[in-house]
Amino acid sequence: MKFFEDIQVGDVFDYGRYTFTADNIKAFAVRYDPQAFHVDEAAGERSHFGALVASGWHTAVTWMRLMIDYRRRMDEAILARGEPVAGIGPALGFRDLTWPTPVYVGDTVAYRSDVVELRLSNSRPQSGLMTFRSTGVNQHGKPVLSLVSTTFVERREKPP
Amino acid sequence: MPKLHWEDFQPGAVAVYGPRLVTREEIVAFAAEFDPQPMHLDEVAASATLLGGLGASGWHICCLLMRIIADGFVLDSSSMGSPGIEEVRWQKPLRPGTQIRVRSTVLESRPSKSRPEMGLTKFRYEVIDDAGGVLTTMVTTAMLGRRKPEAAS
Repeated sequence: MKFFEDIQVGDVFDYGRYTFTADNIKAFAVRYDPQAFHVDEAAGERSHFGALVASGWHTAVTWMRLMIDYRRRMDEAILARGEPVAGIGPALGFRDLTWPTPVYVGDTVAYRSDVVELRLSNSRPQSGLMTFRSTGVNQHGKPVLSLVSTTFVERREKPP
Repeated sequence: MPKLHWEDFQPGAVAVYGPRLVTREEIVAFAAEFDPQPMHLDEVAASATLLGGLGASGWHICCLLMRIIADGFVLDSSSMGSPGIEEVRWQKPLRPGTQIRVRSTVLESRPSKSRPEMGLTKFRYEVIDDAGGVLTTMVTTAMLGRRKPEAAS
């Protein structure tokens, strides 16, 4: 990760895209969220969704995976320049998570985060706190996921 | 027909679901698939992090909570999904070998204004260990079908 001092409010992290298929929707749902409209096409058609839909948790953990992969690529690029990487985490939780549009078979979701607030931490003065809104948008431009999270990011300049 | 409808969840009602024993293998497998960070994958790397040892991904805890309540009541209900999660707090690490339960409290209940066949129920869920310690709290609203849809007015 970049150091806290090198992050600005308004910075965007672009995580890339993921395509949801009947197979990956059901493979997730049978393990963690086996509601009928997440595991069975016919049940999905009978439901108010009108078709098989991804579990909202699947939509969310896919964001997490793409974010971790993005951060790893960022760290590798920083290390390749011979510079130090900043530690990040832990996150304490999240808030205001919404699933405004269902995710259907064949949908491709683009994920990103926008930095919305930066402040110093009283409890961990060696870190700052970064608050960011993360979103997933489908191929029609419709939002399918939004959440706000706060995490610790290491400061370059540590207080004495 | 589902057994449980929106009318069956009255504010103040408390229920406990589970238990489920969370193994090291599933903590590592979930992390490898969805949250591959050192503190969820490897004891030695985890001991050097702020988590102070191997612990489950917070997202894994959320998914385990979902599965426990699914088996506990959601699959027997008229669930229509959820518009989202107001808040999740990861308060204590979930360590390998911990047996967890989910304590559910109904916070609010209201009919949907736009859909007479549906009601909205706000729950607080707490993931608790055998000592009663709260590991994670979640506040979320569920969409539930009504047993008796409100007559159109």
